[in-house]
Amino acid sequence: MHIAEGYLPPLHAVAWGAASAPFVVHGVRALTREVRANPESTLLLGASGAFTFVLSALKLPSVTGSCSHPTGTGLGAILFRPPIMAVLGTITLLFQALLLAHGGLTTLGANVFSMAIAGPWAGFGTYWLLRRSGVPLMVAVFFGAFVADLSTYCVTSVQLALAFPDPSSGFLGALAKFGGIFAVTQIPLAVSEGLLTVLVMRLLTQSSKAELTRLGVAR
Amino acid sequence: MSRNAKINTLLLLVVAALAVLPLALGLGDGKEEPFAGSDAQAERAITELEPDYKPWFSPLYEPPSGEIESALFALQAAIGAGVLAYYFGLRRGRRQGEARAVAAREAGVQADRDTARADESHGSEA
Repeated sequence: MHIAEGYLPPLHAVAWGAASAPFVVHGVRALTREVRANPESTLLLGASGAFTFVLSALKLPSVTGSCSHPTGTGLGAILFRPPIMAVLGTITLLFQALLLAHGGLTTLGANVFSMAIAGPWAGFGTYWLLRRSGVPLMVAVFFGAFVADLSTYCVTSVQLALAFPDPSSGFLGALAKFGGIFAVTQIPLAVSEGLLTVLVMRLLTQSSKAELTRLGVAR
Repeated sequence: MSRNAKINTLLLLVVAALAVLPLALGLGDGKEEPFAGSDAQAERAITELEPDYKPWFSPLYEPPSGEIESALFALQAAIGAGVLAYYFGLRRGRRQGEARAVAAREAGVQADRDTARADESHGSEA
């Protein structure tokens, strides 16, 4: 879902950077507060970041005959809330932009917005609503991760359609085009991400029940 | 296999199937470049929509070859998997340690009781 380096016009690059910055700054504050109040949560924070690291390195084939990768942001958003995930996601994106030429520094703001802010918030919102309506934990976790993954790619499609509207059919035509590339490819991958997040959450309920209870995920 | 382990294995199998099926069904057939990255496809779509667009910034560092790039991707996955494995290993070790400590404490209490009882019966004999 990474918009490649230099592929957003300067004005768009700056605007998305300005939109993302407050979320990341707020996230850094939330992260330091969490670590100070609960030093024992550092380990699980590391594990949540690690999950994003693994999943966003996994390029998987999809039904459209092209490859894409999951984001792994649903887990951290559910465990630690979206602001903290904004920081963990940004770290992953920086690693990929600096070492892998995957994504970029000029497009970092836009990529952070889709993967580290919009995805986690959409995923967490879905999870929270489902839990509130009495849906079992693992079902809510699945859909939370699914939505976090898929919405990231939808936001990327919107970002590109805004920057490169179709000469004849405009924004909507371009959105259909980019959506066909990103969002459709992503559907089975979002299912995979949902299942993997459920797997990790199951392992966590077996190994770290007390921690999950403190975070309000398990009872 | 316990029920938990069965469910976990099943989850992994479904994920593997979702990844393998597009390949096995040949869904990339007939494409110019089967199973190319969607990021690269987006780049191509941009040049179609706006043929004059030139990327105005290039990566500060670019892996010199596909091999180096895949090595770095593997490194990223390895770092992530390593941290996750460390976390779950540490938790498991701690849980086992706690269980052992509890067992040892209970065994100790039992042993104390046994000695106390032995002392009592010994005392009544005398």
